[in-house]
Amino acid sequence: MAATILLIVISAVFSQNFILVKFLGICPFLGVSKKVNSALSMGIAVTLVMILATLVTYPLYTYVMVPLGIEYLEIIFFIFVIAALVQMLEKIIQKLSPALYRSMGIYLPLITTNCAILGVAELMLVNDLSEVVAGAAAGITMNLGFALLYALFAGVGFTLAMVLMGGVREKLEKLPVAKCMKGFPITMVAASFMAMAFYVFALL
Amino acid sequence: MNASMKKYGKIAYDGLITNNATFKLVLGTCATLGMSTSAVNSFGMGLSVTVVLLLSNVIISLLRNVIPNTVRIPAFVVIIATMVTLLRMVLEKYIPDLYDSMGVFLPLIVVNCVILGRAEAFASKQPVLESAADGIFTGLGLTCALTLIGIIREFLGSGSFFGIRVMDFKIGFFTNAAGAFFVYGICIALFVLITDQIDRAKRVKQARLLRVPAGDAPLPPTDAQTEVK
Repeated sequence: MAATILLIVISAVFSQNFILVKFLGICPFLGVSKKVNSALSMGIAVTLVMILATLVTYPLYTYVMVPLGIEYLEIIFFIFVIAALVQMLEKIIQKLSPALYRSMGIYLPLITTNCAILGVAELMLVNDLSEVVAGAAAGITMNLGFALLYALFAGVGFTLAMVLMGGVREKLEKLPVAKCMKGFPITMVAASFMAMAFYVFALL
Repeated sequence: MNASMKKYGKIAYDGLITNNATFKLVLGTCATLGMSTSAVNSFGMGLSVTVVLLLSNVIISLLRNVIPNTVRIPAFVVIIATMVTLLRMVLEKYIPDLYDSMGVFLPLIVVNCVILGRAEAFASKQPVLESAADGIFTGLGLTCALTLIGIIREFLGSGSFFGIRVMDFKIGFFTNAAGAFFVYGICIALFVLITDQIDRAKRVKQARLLRVPAGDAPLPPTDAQTEVK
């Protein structure tokens, strides 16, 4: 059990990192990673929505949609749940803490169209844990606990990649780069080197 | 007739070159990076996005006067999600190979920024035919770009071209994640370089056309001369 949990953590954060290995959530990775602070806020917001979305979509799929035989509507249901959650979260944060809303609020609407959230909700719909977590022993059935754990640490991995990229880009801004490589191209090349570093975890 | 040809020509040029979704706007990157391991996969992904883009643009354009402005984004998302659900059923039944290789990226077409972006920026304001043309050309621009990246990665990564073995070498770097970022970045840089050169050549030509009839004014320097400086 402990080994399974450890494996989920390592897999979600490093070896199957959502941004650098699975290519989910690249838009915020390129768009909101100019500064470490904004990257961190975006990462935390995404992690929060990921956990909440999994908390709603996984039971919705297993206990409502499968018994009713309407699995084919999953995309429409899931995107609706995510959009509603994001909207709700925005209103709650606005009421509870205006300061937090000012620093995080602008990123919330962007999260609805973030592949990482819908991606984690879709990835969790497997029967066997080994289909998502590479290296896990076959025969462990997926349940809500594992799904939430995976969502939490996928969010942590996402935040890690965002913050690292934020640091790299703060330095990149000051470097003399060829005109055609400025902006996206040089960021992609930097991301390529980061992906190489994360690839090592998959080899272990 | 000529005016409408010009209009569609502009839509086509915008969709394919000036607003190329993959290389110029850098939207829908997840699908681009994730599906470009082979030319066939990326071509299939590009076509799937094109189909969804075309259908959603047409429907949103038809309903543009019905959808209230305040709830337009949720309405667009539901329309796009329906199209993707239909596409998924069709692919599962008729092209199961592509369906399997797309995996999680197939439902993720819903959150592809290109589709929502075109719905918001174009289809919600323009008539049906223009929106359809915009959908097709934006989609084709994306398909070409994706296929190009797919061809490069497949050739360097496994020495084959559309699944046919051409050369006997393998560079593992290009088949994994790092190679995807690298090839995409270099492709964007080359695209920017080439379009900038074309723009500059155009400007030089225009400047010459304007100047020559005015007398014996010296010609503006050509590209080669500016490079030397």
